[in-house]
Amino acid sequence: MSDTNTAAADNSGPAITISAMHKWYGDFHVLKDINLTVERGERIVVCGPSGSGKSTMIRCINRLEEHQKGSINVSGIELTNDLKNIDTIRREVGMVFQHFNLFPHLTVLQNCTLAPIWVRKMPKAEAEEIAMKYLERVKIPEQAQKFPGQLSGGQQQRVAIARSLCMNPEIMLFDEPTSALDPEMIKEVLDVMVDLAKEGMTMLVVTHEMGFAKQVADRVIFMDGGEIIEQNEPNEFFDNPQSDRTKLFLSQILGHS
Amino acid sequence: MTIETVDTQPKPNLLNDPKFRAIAAQIVVVVLFVSFVAYIISNTAVNLEKLGIKAGFEFLGLQAGFMPTSPNFNLTDFDVNKDTHMDVFWLGLVNTLLIAVLGIIAATIVGFVFGVLRLSKNPLVNFVAAAYIEGVRNIPLLLQILVWYFGVLLALPIVKQSINMGDLVFLNNRYLVAPAPIFEDGFGFVTIAFIIGIVATFFLARWAHKRQDTTGQQFPIFYSALGLIIGFPILVLLAMGVPLNWNIPELKGFNFVGGVQITSQLTALFLALTFYTGSFIAENVRAGILAVSHGQTEAAYALGLRPNRTMSLIVIPQAMRVVVPPVTSQYLNLTKNSSLAIAIGYPDIVNVFMGISLNQTGKAIEIIGMTMGVYLTISLLISMFMNWYNKRVALVER
Repeated sequence: MSDTNTAAADNSGPAITISAMHKWYGDFHVLKDINLTVERGERIVVCGPSGSGKSTMIRCINRLEEHQKGSINVSGIELTNDLKNIDTIRREVGMVFQHFNLFPHLTVLQNCTLAPIWVRKMPKAEAEEIAMKYLERVKIPEQAQKFPGQLSGGQQQRVAIARSLCMNPEIMLFDEPTSALDPEMIKEVLDVMVDLAKEGMTMLVVTHEMGFAKQVADRVIFMDGGEIIEQNEPNEFFDNPQSDRTKLFLSQILGHS
Repeated sequence: MTIETVDTQPKPNLLNDPKFRAIAAQIVVVVLFVSFVAYIISNTAVNLEKLGIKAGFEFLGLQAGFMPTSPNFNLTDFDVNKDTHMDVFWLGLVNTLLIAVLGIIAATIVGFVFGVLRLSKNPLVNFVAAAYIEGVRNIPLLLQILVWYFGVLLALPIVKQSINMGDLVFLNNRYLVAPAPIFEDGFGFVTIAFIIGIVATFFLARWAHKRQDTTGQQFPIFYSALGLIIGFPILVLLAMGVPLNWNIPELKGFNFVGGVQITSQLTALFLALTFYTGSFIAENVRAGILAVSHGQTEAAYALGLRPNRTMSLIVIPQAMRVVVPPVTSQYLNLTKNSSLAIAIGYPDIVNVFMGISLNQTGKAIEIIGMTMGVYLTISLLISMFMNWYNKRVALVER
């Protein structure tokens, strides 16, 4: 184990270790005593009612939100106020947002090459080569020269995934990646995510797509009121939920299908 | 295709036909407008003839016979003994351009600084910025000009008791006087060094961009530019043995001799226009930055970009498209508002040409027409430049 103060990624231990982590917004206790270990290559789906703190939790992992108590360790690097550690972690952790957040003033290709060029200090030609590789992987290389505004929602989200992959991250965080999409576009995004899971990427996915959870998750985590209520492997989680809150939640989201 | 379908429809009554109505309305408007203009012109001509006034611009060649500005603020070297109304026009034009250019530059800086400070998370900084913007924005400009001039600058000590700043700069109720540089032989090399610095920066930026494309290495272009444009000329200045002398102002009798004087009228007008327009620009800048959604910043952070790069690569390019059009309007406002100079006697074009020359010659139509032409020309030039700039920064989204 490397010293927690040095900003060097350690590839031997678990990908993410969160212990006794708390977060408050003013007086509001958003996250209560979160303990979670994510092994390398593990795929975790986080679900729960809205306002349960699931997005906030994964946003703490790349410091888009600050936790006030407890510790978060990503690839052996402790998340503190140390800017260097935050930089290193953000380079190793990719994130996909609900509303894509593509840069509208840059082309699809420029969206993908921006961070490799400015953060990884990569030559433009090399960055573009890598970007095209990932755009092919998400099946839209022909859109490379277009602007995000010209693409459909599903295509934009796939670009966003490619943009994150261009940084060659160890871990990918997905914050409700399909919630803002029309139903017929959800599949194309989920397909890309399933492919990514097959390749062994460490993934932490906040989603309500229970089919996806059953298909790829190693573990499903249920959160409510800022706490992790229950976690289990998917079959057991869906077929044999333990807590009443989980049962209620599952009955609500699975009620129609 | 569409034409055929239209043809098959039954024709409406002519008065209910939208095409006929549109054309008829336009004809009526044109006829009314032309007859109105013709009436005004003939009316003016008849009246001028009745009064025995001949229209024409010959008056511009006549000697003005008055001193339109104080001797210590005479940018065009106006000579009361021979100069004409045309020279009065030039003097006014130069003074108007001077205050407009100085004001636009300073208001832009003030506006951007306070616009950014207004978004600060520090409550004190935020409060100071908000207090300045809301205070200044909501008080009439004329009142502010009068306060700066009568309330602040005229309240300063008289010339003989000037505030002395290190025996070099003196401030009194009539002017600020500072040492004037005297360029000696060899100073030309410093100017050349400055120009070389600018050209070299341009090529260095291109080279740095190319190198980043090919090798990925970044280059500290801002500091290099600073060194080239400011450092290099200073080095040359020192190498040449500082071929520069200062004409230090000295109090002789009732006045200062030597140095460069900045009159209170110019200072008051400059400060009032700068802070007034700056407060509006600050709001434009704030709106522009706020228009870029927080998700953009988060996405950039999540990719590992630092806050300063996020600002320069993601936020500012998107904010500029929102900021530039309203800031153009503010530049135009500042230029036109500079005509309030007449309130404190700053010799701008409205004050000296439309004021005194008009009074002396009575050529109202010609002089007002020329003055309007000046403002129209300046404003259109600013608009053209800003539209060109806006096209460059406008967001290409599709």
